[in-house]
Amino acid sequence: MNFDAELENGNFMVSECNHCQKIVWPPSDFCNKCFKEVSWRKGAREGKIIEFSRKNDSYFCLIEIEKSIRIIGKLSKGIPIEGQQVKIEKCGIENKNYNFEISLV
Amino acid sequence: MSKVGIASYGLTKFSKDDSKIESVLLQSTKKLFDSNPNLNRNDIDAVLVSTNNNSKYLSAVLSEMSGIEPKIAHSVESLCNSGTNAIVSAYSYISAGLADVVLVCGAERYDSPGQILEWDNSRGEFKHPIFWASIFTKAYKREFSITDEELAIVPVKNHKQSKNNPNALSEKTYSLDEVINSKKLTDDLRLHDCSRPCTGGASILLASEDTCKKYTDTPIWISGIGQKTTSAGFTKNITFSSMESSRIAATSAFQMSKRSINDIDVAEVHDAFSVCEPMALESLGFTDKGKGMNMIKELHTTDNFKINPRGGLIGAGHPLGATGIAQTIEITQQLQSSADKRQVNNAKIGLVHNMSAASTSSTVLVLER
Repeated sequence: MNFDAELENGNFMVSECNHCQKIVWPPSDFCNKCFKEVSWRKGAREGKIIEFSRKNDSYFCLIEIEKSIRIIGKLSKGIPIEGQQVKIEKCGIENKNYNFEISLV
Repeated sequence: MSKVGIASYGLTKFSKDDSKIESVLLQSTKKLFDSNPNLNRNDIDAVLVSTNNNSKYLSAVLSEMSGIEPKIAHSVESLCNSGTNAIVSAYSYISAGLADVVLVCGAERYDSPGQILEWDNSRGEFKHPIFWASIFTKAYKREFSITDEELAIVPVKNHKQSKNNPNALSEKTYSLDEVINSKKLTDDLRLHDCSRPCTGGASILLASEDTCKKYTDTPIWISGIGQKTTSAGFTKNITFSSMESSRIAATSAFQMSKRSINDIDVAEVHDAFSVCEPMALESLGFTDKGKGMNMIKELHTTDNFKINPRGGLIGAGHPLGATGIAQTIEITQQLQSSADKRQVNNAKIGLVHNMSAASTSSTVLVLER
């Protein structure tokens, strides 16, 4: 499994350790607790806003998915509120950076 | 364990100069030698270079350019707290008996690659430090009901103090209105809330107790060291309104020095952005959570230079690899009563707080005369 290649195709994958029963984030081939090889699955796309701010007309939000994955994404439209439910609308890689577009649920 | 002290130092003026990194390193090293005629090149056992610059083998390069043939020579990189990390490495070499005298030289250029942590993909496209700073500021303001106007006191105070620092990048003072009306970078951050990347160098000479006394009549001792790395990625912070790694590092530094926060007469704290100063004061224990701005307001209105006398990162500028060393030099000068117009009265014990990448790692030093 190549996380970056999947992300480039718009798929958000999650590495998980079956032994420790935990998500390993950022994505990694090995568990950061026991070093066993992880397994991969499609990640949930829904999460909640932890914090946010705005640059020019565009909000950027720190969101939490599956209670452990935290990423910063751009809000496609609307006005965010802390704690609000959101989902990853689109994801990919642009200019070598991960790219997450999120929308309010 | 025998003591390790600061025997000498050298600083360049912080600027936007397009100088080669090797020249900046050499310039501050030359200043260190100029200020200490007793120092013999052959005495130096180790040369450590602190920088985020991409040039390689810089400690060997600096050694050759300075006519030093050290036993130990290497670079130290840890983003914004490379400087104090290098000082801790120097301390360790001396304590372990592998070196007696260590030259630590930090330098950076205004266009340092250390401003962006490429690895941290959790930040998506928002890798520039202004984004974590905006999240910190928003979280801090929300949690403690602090306003942008209150936070604006930090740059007003620190530019006022850096006006007395001949090596500072900033030579201007700013009013509250000027800070608040400066260019809006995000909803939660204005241009004057930010420390500015710049070109600058800072060198410091560390030596064992007896040797230190050969070079100076006023050695300053490193009595406490605390370091903590909680993560590399910004989003792994357990809170966005306080600095966990700084709190832990301070606890260790006080434990080692057998001192407490109440003993600290003067401190340099890592005000990369306005909000970092109250957060740092709270995490180090100077004041309760959410009360940092009260302390800063009082210091500002009474013209008390206790916190960030050289102007901090906001006033002095932030040449990443040199910052922690410049902070340590400032506290050294304060404890030697040689800080001129910035002098805090009767400062005997001081503290340095240097952190990296949204406080994912911190170093705290306690210095004493």
